[in-house]
Amino acid sequence: MTFDFNPLFLTFQLAAVTTVILLVIGIPLAYWLAFSPRKWRSIIEPLVSMPLVLPPTVLGFYLLLLFSPKYPLGNFLETYFNVRVVFTFWGLIIGSIIFSLPFMVNPIKSGFQNLPKSLSEAAYALGKSPGETLLKVLLPNIKPAVLTGIVMSFAHTVGEFGVVLMIGGNIPGETRVASIAIFSEVEALNYPAANFYSLVLVTTAFVILFLLYHWNRKSVKIF
Amino acid sequence: MIEVSLTKKLVTASGIVVLTADFTIRENEFITFFGESGAGKTTILRMLAGLTKPDAGFIRAGDEVWFDSSKGIDWPVQKRNIGFVFQDYSLFPNMTIEQNLEFALGGKSGKERIKELLATVNMLGLKDRRPHQLSGGQNQRVAILRAILRQPKLLFLDEPFSALDLDMRLRLQEEVFQIHRKFAMTTVFVSHHITEVFKLSDRVMVIEGGRISRAGSPGEVFGENRLSSKFSFIGEVAEIIRDDVVNILTILIGSNLVRTVASDEEIHDIQPGDKVFVSSKAFNPIVMKYNSAK
Repeated sequence: MTFDFNPLFLTFQLAAVTTVILLVIGIPLAYWLAFSPRKWRSIIEPLVSMPLVLPPTVLGFYLLLLFSPKYPLGNFLETYFNVRVVFTFWGLIIGSIIFSLPFMVNPIKSGFQNLPKSLSEAAYALGKSPGETLLKVLLPNIKPAVLTGIVMSFAHTVGEFGVVLMIGGNIPGETRVASIAIFSEVEALNYPAANFYSLVLVTTAFVILFLLYHWNRKSVKIF
Repeated sequence: MIEVSLTKKLVTASGIVVLTADFTIRENEFITFFGESGAGKTTILRMLAGLTKPDAGFIRAGDEVWFDSSKGIDWPVQKRNIGFVFQDYSLFPNMTIEQNLEFALGGKSGKERIKELLATVNMLGLKDRRPHQLSGGQNQRVAILRAILRQPKLLFLDEPFSALDLDMRLRLQEEVFQIHRKFAMTTVFVSHHITEVFKLSDRVMVIEGGRISRAGSPGEVFGENRLSSKFSFIGEVAEIIRDDVVNILTILIGSNLVRTVASDEEIHDIQPGDKVFVSSKAFNPIVMKYNSAK
């Protein structure tokens, strides 16, 4: 019996691209949330964490409306840039970034907040800029937190279903990721295929989390 | 010379206190802010360094204006060319001892100088260790070296010895004093330990109730010269034992335990842990050469 590997490739491609983009946005955002004045933080912080409590379908629904060519933003993107977001791979990426944002930002933010303040102050007193301090002092000292952010974002993107289904649909080779493939195989009563995808995801999730705990146990000894 | 006039609102356990500080620091002076914890002495130090923003006032260092609220001037700490030593050492845990020092120098070549400095404090063999592998005293030593590597004109020390044991404290006090003298630095020190204040400072400012309540030489400030004694030390009462009509006091002076007697009247407000003056004028001490090789 042969299985279609495409949904798995698509899943891991989506997770990898999402994680890289999240790392690039997540670190500055976490830094800002950890050290900025409280008044702005109190609005942005709940927004970042909203995907944790909202049903993924709610997020997917609004993203679908937002990027639909029938509404201003989607229409604008399609008319001037010839870009369509809904029911494409890029739509999945945008949805995944928003949906996994707290998984990247929250661990890194707590990492920054748990560092003694005098560490960055010591670097500033040595004449170092905030940028150099971030790269050479702060980030190297919160490696476990950054690693947790990377792994959790990746794993969470692999496992998402609702957002992906709402904004991407179920287009083979384009938006049909493993979680959706499982659902449609079950609907088609094709249990062996559903079982195959499921087993791969279960194994991947276990290996990823096992490695994460293993690495973090080792690196925590630095402190 | 540094001229300072600052105010800052502090939220303390006993309500809001407005901290006011007007003083000058002379070149090459060893100046100490002394007071209870929470009195605001660390805040004054941090405002001078540029780590905490004052509410109003000015800081003029020579012909530079570091802070002036009326003109909106506030130099960041990076620009003030200072050295700062924190209570908790604040060495970077991701770097070795040598890398911590190299980081201070930035791109500048100074490997030889770093080795030399480490050798003078007998720590060259530990240069590849990380901070968590060293003792508190060794860490603080490195932190002091790191603070002076860029040859700042001003060295700020925020209770640098408070987490160390007595022996290490005495040794580091000596080293700090040597550094202060050797590099002709102006040193600003924060402490609530009366013995080290006495030992190190040229001038002491006592912070009480949000302001400088007394200032002068340690002798003037702590009233030592009011006693016309030949010997006067500050010690800490370790133990009071009642023995018939007298009390036997065990007092820690420096690293020595001294035993003496006292009447009930003398000790009525003294408890173990209190700082006391121990002075004597009615006897002639024996002085002999001390052979340290023994």
